[in-house]
Amino acid sequence: MSHHAPLSHPVTRPIRTVLVANRGEIAARVLRTCRQMGLGTVAVYSDADLRAPHVRMADVAARLGPAPARDSYLAIDRILAAAAATGADAIHPGYGFLSENADFAQAVAAAGLTFIGPSPLVISLLGSKQAAKQRAITAGVPVVPGYNGDDQAVAALTREARAVGFPLLVKASAGGGGKGMRIVRNPDELGPALDAAKREAAGAFGDDTLILERYVDRPRHVEIQILGDHHGTLVHLWERECSIQRRHQKVIEEAPSPALSPEQRASMGAAGVAVGRAVGYTSAGTVEFIVAPDGSYYFLEVNTRLQVEHPVTEATTGLDLVREQIRVARGEPLGYAAAPPQRGHAIEVRLYAEDPAHGDLPTTGTLARFDLPASPGVRVDSGVAAGSEIGIHYDPMLAKVIAHAPTRAEAAGLLAWTLEHAVIAGVTTNRAHLARILRHPAFVAGQLDTHFLDRHRDELVDPTDHTESALVAITLWQLERHRGGGPLPQVEPGWRNVWYGDQRTSWRVGARDISVGHRNLGGRRCEVSVGDHAATVTVVDADARSVTWTDGSLTYTAAVTPTAAGFQVAGPAWAVDLVELPRFPDRAATLAVGSLVAPMPGKVIKVEVEVDHPVEVGAVILVLEAMKMELPVRATVAGMVRALSVAVGDQVAADQLLAVVVPTDA
Amino acid sequence: MAEHPYPIVRSQVDTKRDDFQTNHAAGAAAVAKLAAALHGATVGGGPKYNERHTAKGKLLPRERLELLLDRGSYFLELCPLAGKDVPGHAPGASLIGGIGLVSGVECVVTASEATVKGGAMSELSVVKSQRLSDIAEQNRLPAISLIESAGADLPNQSKIFVPGGRAFRDLTRRSAARIPTICLVFGSSTAGGAYIPGMSDYVVMVKDQAQVYLAGPPLVKMATGEETGHEELGGAEMHARISGVSDYLAADEHDALRLGREIVAHLDWRKAATPRPRPIEPPRYDADELLGIVPVDAKTPYDAREVIARVVDGSRFSEFKPLYGSTLVCGWAHVHGFPVGILANNGILFSESANKGAQFIELCNQADVPLLFLQNITGFMVGKKYEQEGIIKHGAKLINAVANSTVPAITIMTGASFGAGNYAMSGRAYAPRFLFSWPSHRIAVMGGKQLAGVLDIIQREAAAKRGEPVDEQKLQFGKAMVEAQIDKESDPYFATARLWDDGIIDPRDTRTVVAISLSAAYSAPVGGTTSWGVFRH
Repeated sequence: MSHHAPLSHPVTRPIRTVLVANRGEIAARVLRTCRQMGLGTVAVYSDADLRAPHVRMADVAARLGPAPARDSYLAIDRILAAAAATGADAIHPGYGFLSENADFAQAVAAAGLTFIGPSPLVISLLGSKQAAKQRAITAGVPVVPGYNGDDQAVAALTREARAVGFPLLVKASAGGGGKGMRIVRNPDELGPALDAAKREAAGAFGDDTLILERYVDRPRHVEIQILGDHHGTLVHLWERECSIQRRHQKVIEEAPSPALSPEQRASMGAAGVAVGRAVGYTSAGTVEFIVAPDGSYYFLEVNTRLQVEHPVTEATTGLDLVREQIRVARGEPLGYAAAPPQRGHAIEVRLYAEDPAHGDLPTTGTLARFDLPASPGVRVDSGVAAGSEIGIHYDPMLAKVIAHAPTRAEAAGLLAWTLEHAVIAGVTTNRAHLARILRHPAFVAGQLDTHFLDRHRDELVDPTDHTESALVAITLWQLERHRGGGPLPQVEPGWRNVWYGDQRTSWRVGARDISVGHRNLGGRRCEVSVGDHAATVTVVDADARSVTWTDGSLTYTAAVTPTAAGFQVAGPAWAVDLVELPRFPDRAATLAVGSLVAPMPGKVIKVEVEVDHPVEVGAVILVLEAMKMELPVRATVAGMVRALSVAVGDQVAADQLLAVVVPTDA
Repeated sequence: MAEHPYPIVRSQVDTKRDDFQTNHAAGAAAVAKLAAALHGATVGGGPKYNERHTAKGKLLPRERLELLLDRGSYFLELCPLAGKDVPGHAPGASLIGGIGLVSGVECVVTASEATVKGGAMSELSVVKSQRLSDIAEQNRLPAISLIESAGADLPNQSKIFVPGGRAFRDLTRRSAARIPTICLVFGSSTAGGAYIPGMSDYVVMVKDQAQVYLAGPPLVKMATGEETGHEELGGAEMHARISGVSDYLAADEHDALRLGREIVAHLDWRKAATPRPRPIEPPRYDADELLGIVPVDAKTPYDAREVIARVVDGSRFSEFKPLYGSTLVCGWAHVHGFPVGILANNGILFSESANKGAQFIELCNQADVPLLFLQNITGFMVGKKYEQEGIIKHGAKLINAVANSTVPAITIMTGASFGAGNYAMSGRAYAPRFLFSWPSHRIAVMGGKQLAGVLDIIQREAAAKRGEPVDEQKLQFGKAMVEAQIDKESDPYFATARLWDDGIIDPRDTRTVVAISLSAAYSAPVGGTTSWGVFRH
């Protein structure tokens, strides 16, 4: 099977049934358009996803294999078998997984199916950042100075790095999404950075080839959406600004960019089209640039897939990009020679299962509740629902939420309000953090760059401790829940004819254990004591999901959701997870001093110590790989390694005992 | 909701009237005094002994109780002021007891007040313990005892030893009656006390704390010369692993309480009776108004229906014979869904009211409806007319009916309780399942003033017979002494300290207390009788 030349797509190909070779929100999003276009739909799933919402959205769903992506969503043969078994005649790859895998696109074509995306040749060409850069240079598009040579020896890379100059960006040639990427600010950091980047690149992509490039300080990330058909039409659909990033991953994206003048916008649009034309691009693609504070821009790379942030383009252009991809794949002409004008302003946030208070570490668990208030102008693309298991196998993005409004300020306000009033429980998310970003004066002023989150980190931390409110809410809620039970359902819960002391409940809030006292005064009045602060409040209303109370002057409402571990109590833009401590502690569960447990589920990739060897406080005992990151597990006390219950390659569960360091003085 | 057949009591109370306000102020003061007295009974041995106890890592007895109960459970503490101001006794008589839910089951729960004389039992502790035992037996409630007791208060052993033996007999007889007994031993439970775990169905002992033996090391050495230590003689480990006296070994106090809850859970306990399910309406009038309804002076009459309206479901009351014997209000109502037949005094008892009451009790027995007595009685009417119409035989009918009734009875002493009226209205001697008092309660064979007046007449008559002048000063002094003594002895605190009731309650809690009592009573079969003593007609 030979590669088709990009412009030689000869015939109109009918598409009757689309298999979406993906999961989560993007699978759901693609399926939605397929359904609107009257197409048959096939979902695929791994064993972890049998009950995922995307499975139920399709006409039929095919099992791929076990949870690990390499056995399911990355298994090309299994996906093709699923297509054959279900009679699908086209495959949409979504984003991530196989979406930029030329071999996959090739295999799809070889199986006689339509790949909804660019040609394998283009994917392959643009998959190499070095090749892409060469094409851009040829097309007259500016690029960042750098090294993308074949000599990948550490000595060569070190030499080239000095030539390009610092600060310097080290990244995987085959990569994307920030994996294997390192900023090196001075020559001393170079060696370890190269080492780690190579390891991560090899681990993530099976290719440790690195690219070096000059690092532009305070850059904005602006990208141009391009769309080409098989009839020679290639247009840009304006820009998206994606400068709000953490760990080089986009968190908030918007269109239009508040930074561009009409002239810059036109210039960058033309540059995007030029890159597309240089490779004969068809279908939807994204040409990424960085924009320096002085307004100059540099080509970064081309993503040969639908982007996570495509909805902001859809909102402002009125186009459905998946529909356009399918039309292009069917061989239809775009039917327009230029982008529709941008209307209004759209902002997207990526709602992640991650903990902003702990270095954005991915979080896992079962979603106990996933409620986002619906408003005109708000779009929610989600692949999860209450009951969804958020595991370690896949990307921790739960949903993208997009607000579209006449102005940027209105869009930001609407989106922030939506997030503030969302109730998501069971898994820690960046919901409130996103809302605070959207409310931050610098964001509102459009003063964005890719270091925004680092620079404003402290201001984005909620200054208010909501623990007490959460504890009052849960106390009242539980009191109301206790009504109606037992032999005398209408006797006041906790009734006493002889009052001895408060009824007490102990809660674990983060690392703190807090005892809360309450005295039911009857008539829905209750005295609640948290620490040395006591207040008499009145319950206004309570149901299974929320409680409203008043202190006599103001009323407060909190959403209460039982989770796997305890409860989540959420108010506007805050949420506190509470674990009710058992009244009768399980003594066997108490851990000895020096016990080291896995902070999250993962795999042991390195063991640095041996049993019966002394270690200092902070010494790395072993390294876990979890959510594609390396987490060192360090000794909490100085002492002797006495029990090491895991070995390299072991899969460990959260809170699993890994090792015990017996303190020296014990 | 279906139309309710019982009419609503129309309250005539005007909360703005001066007399209401005056009564309310006095009632509120009485309730505050009660709360203070009750709180005073919860402090155990006081800060010094409590700290000495907790310093050993032990939970206070009330903390143990709170942990044993279900979260959100009610707890009706019984006889909390037993022994109060009685020489040689601590408030509560060194024992805490009441009814609450453990693993969803209504249980009688008792705990030794270990911070008072090491939990030693006084004479009144024995009386209280027996009262709690009776409540468990009569209402078929599983009992859980949290034991940490030095045993009998030895200086007073003469008052304790002989009656105290009943406790062990009661335990095993309840066991035979299939009412489970559970004993959690937190500390010392020695000599006779060792038979509390010994006779209980289930025994849990706390490791390193429980000491259960017939004789401690010093006594053993004296008796046989054997030298031995506490643990090997009666420690929890020994009893759990070697003697088998303990069925479970608790790692600590929390573990013992957890085990107690676990044991109750596996009893698979079912109440013997349940009322017909019906919607439960709260009363239409505020219970707080009870404080203003009851007059400051027990002699001032008030309408018992005003009390009924603030206790029963929906303030609905189906009155029986409203036009006959009006000084005894009788009728049917519900309390938290439980049916009750209420007998409430609305003045002195006449022949007609006694007859009406007797008939009403027969009707409630015929229908298996429990009785609720709202007692406020200065006695039966006296005088030639009434004696001649046979008030004795009519009163006797009421007493006959009360005494032979087999449906559960609950008595609330709201005001006066004088003379035979106490008996006719199911006083303590008539063994109601539960009997509670309001702070406004006064109890005696007759009022202090009346008794002093009687004394005055008798002494004057005697003086006249002897032909001597009356020593007015001596007579007045004697009268004052008698009146003061009667007033002191008819005080509700005097009464409750001697276990003449199951506790003084805040009148506003009456509905809840009656409900908990009724629910407890429904744990045993509820059945009336048709078998009575001979009625003299």
